[in-house]
Amino acid sequence: MSEETDIIDQVVSQEYKYGFTTDIEMETAPKGLNEDIVRFISSRKNEPEWMLEYRLKAYRHWLTLSEPEWQNFSYPKINYQDIIYYAAPKEKKKLNSLDEVDPELLKTFEKLGISLAEQKRLSGVAVDAVFDSVSIATTFKEQLKEKGVIFCAISEALQEHPELVKQYMGSVVPYTDNYFAALNAAVFSDGSFVYIPKGVRCPMELSTYFRINAENTGQFERTLIIADDNSYVSYLEGCTAPMRDENQLHAAVVELIAMEGAEIKYSTVQNWYPGDKDGKGGIYNFVTKRGSCEGKNAKISWTQVETGSAITWKYPSCILKGEGSVGEFFSVAVTNNAQVADTGTKMIHIGKNTRSRIVSKGISAGKSHNTYRGLVKVAKKADGVRNYTQCDSMLIGSHCGAHTFPYIEIANQSAVVEHEASTSKIGEDQIFYCNQRGIGTEEAISLIVNGFCREVLNQLPMEFAVEAQKLLAVSLEGSVG
Amino acid sequence: MLKINNLHAEIEGKKILNGINLEVKPGEVHAIMGPNGAGKSTLSSVLAGRADYTVTEGSVELDGKDLLEMAPEDRAREGVFLAFQYPVEIPGVSNTNFLKTAVNEKRKYQGLEPMEATDFLKLMREKMELVEMDKSLTSRSLNEGFSGGEKKRNEIFQMAMLEPRLGILDETDSGLDIDALRLVSNGVNKLRSDKNAFIVITHYQRLLDYIVPDFVHVLYKGRIVKSGDANLAKELEEKGYDWIKAEVAASI
Ligand SMILES: Nc1ncnc2c1ncn2[C@@H]1O[C@H](COP(=O)(O)OP(=O)(O)OP(=O)(O)O)[C@@H](O)[C@H]1O
Ligand SMILES: [Mg+2]
Repeated sequence: MSEETDIIDQVVSQEYKYGFTTDIEMETAPKGLNEDIVRFISSRKNEPEWMLEYRLKAYRHWLTLSEPEWQNFSYPKINYQDIIYYAAPKEKKKLNSLDEVDPELLKTFEKLGISLAEQKRLSGVAVDAVFDSVSIATTFKEQLKEKGVIFCAISEALQEHPELVKQYMGSVVPYTDNYFAALNAAVFSDGSFVYIPKGVRCPMELSTYFRINAENTGQFERTLIIADDNSYVSYLEGCTAPMRDENQLHAAVVELIAMEGAEIKYSTVQNWYPGDKDGKGGIYNFVTKRGSCEGKNAKISWTQVETGSAITWKYPSCILKGEGSVGEFFSVAVTNNAQVADTGTKMIHIGKNTRSRIVSKGISAGKSHNTYRGLVKVAKKADGVRNYTQCDSMLIGSHCGAHTFPYIEIANQSAVVEHEASTSKIGEDQIFYCNQRGIGTEEAISLIVNGFCREVLNQLPMEFAVEAQKLLAVSLEGSVG
Repeated sequence: MLKINNLHAEIEGKKILNGINLEVKPGEVHAIMGPNGAGKSTLSSVLAGRADYTVTEGSVELDGKDLLEMAPEDRAREGVFLAFQYPVEIPGVSNTNFLKTAVNEKRKYQGLEPMEATDFLKLMREKMELVEMDKSLTSRSLNEGFSGGEKKRNEIFQMAMLEPRLGILDETDSGLDIDALRLVSNGVNKLRSDKNAFIVITHYQRLLDYIVPDFVHVLYKGRIVKSGDANLAKELEEKGYDWIKAEVAASI
C-alpha cells in the first residue's frame, strides 16, 4: 500500500508543451466591462445593429445575475473588471489571402502543429484558426463552397450570412440560460460558423483551433453549427494557451442544430494550460455547449477529451425534440496535480422514441478532482425513450477524488434508463505486470489509461485519436513513478 | 548465468526468505517445490523486482550483473521473464498492443529500431502456433475475462514472444486441464535451448513428466532444504513433505 503511494507520488511533471507566447502588436480594449466595451467589440466587428442590441440585452441581463455556486469545487472570485474583453493582432490592411497574414501568426500555429499554408495543410481537414478574439484564417473555404458548405468565422458570417446567424444564434442557448452564457452573448469575440445544406455530406472534417495568447484576456468564442435536412458534418475543436501565473477565463458558447435526418459529430480535444503543479495559473474553462435535434431521426454526438484547464466546467448536452432522434456523449476527462473537472451531459428527451448514450471516463491523478455530473430527463409525452449511461472512474494514487452525480428525471414510465458506474484504481499489480514485461512505469500508465478510454478515443477521427492518445500520456506524466 | 547467494527478504517486517542459495546455468531447468507459504512466489517476485519486498541480505547476479540493483523493467529487458501465478487483467489494452509495446521497449533497450508491423505480426503468428494459442485471445483485452487456463497459456505465449534468458514459471500448471498442460509444456520444451534456462515452480510431479527438470529443489520456510534430480519430485509426490520437515527439524 505504502509502496503504491510512493510510486504514485514520484514521477515529476513534464512541462506543458504549448506554453510559449507570441510577440505581436495587439489592439486591445481597455480592461473591464461596461456598455461601452460591448459597443466597442460590436463596432470593431462592424456588426449589424440587431447584433449590438442583442449583446446589450444580454449584458443588461448578465448584470442581474450572480455567479452560480452549486458546483463541486471552489475557485477564487473572478474580477470581471480586471479582464480584457477584446484583443486582436493589429491588422495593417484588409487581408485578401493567407499570404498577407502576419508570418508571426502563421509561425505560431505552425508551432502548434496547425499548418495554414497551402502546401502543408492536413488533407481532408479544413481549419479555422482563432487567435485571441479574432479568426486569422480559414482553409479550404473555396472547396467547401462548391458543395454549398459555409465554414467561416462567426464575425464573417455576420457580414455574409446575417439572416442565418440571426435566425439561429441563441436559439439553443439563449443568453438567459446561465451566467456565463449571458456574459458570452454580451462580449463574444470570434468562433466558427458552419452551415451544411440539405442532403450534403460535408466532404472533409471541419476544425477550429483556438489559441489564447494575450495576457489578462478572456476568450469568449461562439460557435454555431447548422446541419440542414439529411446532411452530415464532423467538426473538431482544439485549443491551447501560454503558461501564465494568472488564471484566464474561457467562457464559450456552442450551439448545434440538426434538422431532420441530419447528423453532427462534434469532437473536442481540450488542452488549455492547466496551471502549474501547485495549481498556480491555468484556464478557467466555463463553457456552455448544447445541441438540438430539431427534426426526425436527427443525431448529435459529442466526443470530448479534456486534459487541460485549471478548472473545466461544462456539460455538452442534447435536446432530443425530433422523433427518433439520437444524442450521444463520449467523454474522457483527465485531471492531474491541482486540476478540477466538473463535466458531463444533459440528455433531454422530448420526442418519442428518442435514444441517448453516455459514456464517461474520468481519470484523476495527483491532488485533482474529477466529477461526472449528468442529467437524463424524459418528458411526459416522450414514449419509448431509451438511455444508457456508463460512468467509469479511474484513480491514480490516493490523493485525488472521483465523484459521480447522475440525475434522472422521468415523467414517462415507458422509458428504459440504464446506468452503470465503476471506480477502479490503477493497481501496483497492473504496473508491476507491465514492468515485468519490460514496460516502464510511465509507459505502463499511458497504456492502462488508453485502454480504459478506448471506447471514447475510438469515436475521434483517426488523425486526432493518435494526438489525443499522446496528450493523455503527457497529461499524466508525473502522476506516477 | 543466475547466481543467488544467501538471499534474505522480508515483507512488512515479516521475514520470508532466509538465505536462498541457487545457481542456474544456461540450458538448465530447475524445479522448485515446497509446501504452501514456503516462499516460492516470494522468491520469483524478488527476482523480478517487486517493490513490496525488501532484500535484507545476500546478492543475485544475472550474467555477472547485479540484478537487485536494476529496475524491474530493466530486469525484464535483460531477459528475466516471470509467468505469474495470478496474471492481472488490463481492460481495453489488447494483447497484441501490449506485446508490441513490450517487444519494442526491449528492442529500444538493446539499441534496436522498433519492429516493423508486418514482422511483428509474423512473429505473433509463429509463436501462437508454438503454444497453440487461439487467435481470438490476442485481439481481446489483456487477460480480461480469460478463463484461468487461458490466462496461464497467455503467459506462456508472452514468454515465447519475449524469448527470455531466464523464464520463471510460477505454478503455471495449476488450473490447466490435461490438454492445456501438455500444450504449455510442449511450448516450454520448444523454447528450451542451451542459451536460456527455466525455473519451474510447481506442486505437482505431473508437470515434470512433461518438462523434465535437471534439478529439483525443495523450498521450506524460506530456505532450500533439499536438492536432487527429477527423482526427488517423484519421491515427494509419493511421500509428501512431512519427512522433509522432520529432517529439517532434526537438523536444528
Ligand atoms: N503482503 C504480505 N504481508 C505479509 N505476509 C505476506 C505478504 N505476502 C506474502 N506473505 C507471506 O509470505 C509467505 C510466503 O508466501 P509465498 O506466496 O511466497 O508462498 P508460496 O510458496 O508461493 O505458496 P503457494 O504454494 O501457496 O503459492 C506466506 O506465509 C505469505 O502469507
Ligand atoms: Mg505461490
